[in-house]
Amino acid sequence: MNENKISLPTPAPLLSRAGWSAFIVALIVVCAVAPVLNMVVPQGSVFHMSDYAVALVGKIMCYAICALAMDLIWGYTGILSLGHGLFFALGGYVMGMYLMRQIGRDGNYKSDLPDFMVFLDWKTLPWHWTFSDSFIATLILIVAVPGVVAFVFGYFAFRSRIKGVYFSIITQAMTFAAMLLFFRNETGFGGNNGFTDFKRILGLPIATPSMRMTLFVLTGLTLLGCFLFARWLVRSKFGRVLQAIRDAETRVMFSGYSPLPYKLTIWTISAIMCGVAGALYVPQVGIINPGEMSPANSIEIAIWAAVGGRATLIGPIIGAFIVNGAKSWLTVAAPEFWLYFLGALFIGVTLFLPNGVVGLVKKLKGGAK
Amino acid sequence: MTPDLMEEGARVREARAVRQAPTGKTESGGRKAGFSRIATPGEVDVTHGRILYLEDVCVSFDGFKAINKLSLDIAPGELRCIIGPNGAGKTTMMDIITGKTRPDSGTVFFGSTIDLLRHNEPQIAQLGIGRKFQKPTVFEQLSVFENLELALKTHKGVAASMRFRLDSAQSDRVAELLHTIHLADSVRRMAGNLSHGQKQWLEIGMLLMQDPKLLLLDEPVAGMTDEETARTAELFLTLKGKHSLMVVEHDMSFIKTISEIVTVLCDGSVLAQGTLDQVQADERVIEVYLGR
Repeated sequence: MNENKISLPTPAPLLSRAGWSAFIVALIVVCAVAPVLNMVVPQGSVFHMSDYAVALVGKIMCYAICALAMDLIWGYTGILSLGHGLFFALGGYVMGMYLMRQIGRDGNYKSDLPDFMVFLDWKTLPWHWTFSDSFIATLILIVAVPGVVAFVFGYFAFRSRIKGVYFSIITQAMTFAAMLLFFRNETGFGGNNGFTDFKRILGLPIATPSMRMTLFVLTGLTLLGCFLFARWLVRSKFGRVLQAIRDAETRVMFSGYSPLPYKLTIWTISAIMCGVAGALYVPQVGIINPGEMSPANSIEIAIWAAVGGRATLIGPIIGAFIVNGAKSWLTVAAPEFWLYFLGALFIGVTLFLPNGVVGLVKKLKGGAK
Repeated sequence: MTPDLMEEGARVREARAVRQAPTGKTESGGRKAGFSRIATPGEVDVTHGRILYLEDVCVSFDGFKAINKLSLDIAPGELRCIIGPNGAGKTTMMDIITGKTRPDSGTVFFGSTIDLLRHNEPQIAQLGIGRKFQKPTVFEQLSVFENLELALKTHKGVAASMRFRLDSAQSDRVAELLHTIHLADSVRRMAGNLSHGQKQWLEIGMLLMQDPKLLLLDEPVAGMTDEETARTAELFLTLKGKHSLMVVEHDMSFIKTISEIVTVLCDGSVLAQGTLDQVQADERVIEVYLGR
């Protein structure tokens, strides 16, 4: 048949030329420009990047990883999770346990055990602290703990075909229940104070400019790595099946795909990403407590993704920067208005920018042509 | 008997089965029905001349009998039209065949070896039963090409999808199908932007990509223009023989064009069966359609 000469679309490249350029620029900024501006440029100069700015941007990059993870599960697969704060906190707690053990005998009670355990009059480490002395084991657990929790929860939820609002409510309940559990002293996670007063990581002091910068660069690289991985996922056929599940799940089933393994895979990947973000977050901010599991935190993650633009990958990262940038400015400038602002932002985006900031930019570009 | 003797015997029997390859001339695909044939798991066995059997199927929803002792069978390559007043159980019947609804009692077989009640929706789709919904269901946010690519018959596991690349034979198939469903000019268009009739066709195209043995089509020409309807009739007539089709429609002129045998469903069971003229002359059919 010679009339068959249709040019079928070829698979899209991982990133376009412009995309790769932007990616390399971001890589240079994270690995070279920021360290130089912070550590080489003298403090008085206008180009100096303050320690406060390093800490802030480092923290927001952790949030951006969460927003990216949320985008994979919500933006691409259409499953709104209001419990991603739990996975973030789990990764953070695993890292926190390691950091607590690194304090050694330098705590207030000069004991081998972390201070809160001495305070509770415990004599030995509880069983779930067994691996907290090993950094390698900690790295494995940062991935494994949120991964396993998500897998088990997801398996039962998706197998029972729980969808939409019901799923969101259950995830919200899950993080709330975990928060109540972690608030209890007997659980062995430091109760409502959580973990803080960290001294060292890998034997090196944690509160030095160079360590802060190292963590900053690591976080930046993780964010960029997660972005590339997410991009690879969504442009594969796997990613298109996810979008198909979002748009018409029954058609996916009647096309011979079983949605369960697909949902479970992306759900677990998304949870692991959040866990890694939490593990990077804790040494930078120096504290982890059950407050991170509060439902409001999980909802905020969804807001970042919505503000930036769902199903765009770059959108949620931008959204995390916009919302958290505004938050750190507003909580100083007008602390009592911050929550009103957040609420108004969410309503405004829902009403006027269904595709978020990225959608708006695309629309303006399209209009200019 | 020693294991190697048994193996040899199996080889001989298999070779015999290959020699008796189907000629396609008879209803049973040219083969004689016989004993000790090798049943391949997942393969549809149509040697008894029936690709789909439903027997004494009953379903009730909260006491309402949606399907009441329904028995129906379809031959390989047949194009069967199903008509019936609203609530006759046409869509429920399709739900049962495709695994969406579990019947309270009865048997549903695909070929003579596959019990459909033991499989779920994705498995039934993989076995070779394609279904088009009453309301066209396509992936609106994906392009026409991506819609067809997803439906393509291939491994459908997670790892396979992550590694998947379209090979040249598969892209030829997509290209050929795009012509069949008259969407060659819209390859890159979002499926959500297509007209209603085009969506219907895209969905039919997605079914054909799965290379099904049996197609269940629920109101395939609803919302189509007369020209589109005529083209669809043409398409179905070319599919007949290669695939078995079960078409539920209300459009009588469309049925007149394509039908051989028409089955009339009413209150969850078969009321009448025959050519369109025969059933239209049937007293009981006139009664349920026109009311008493």
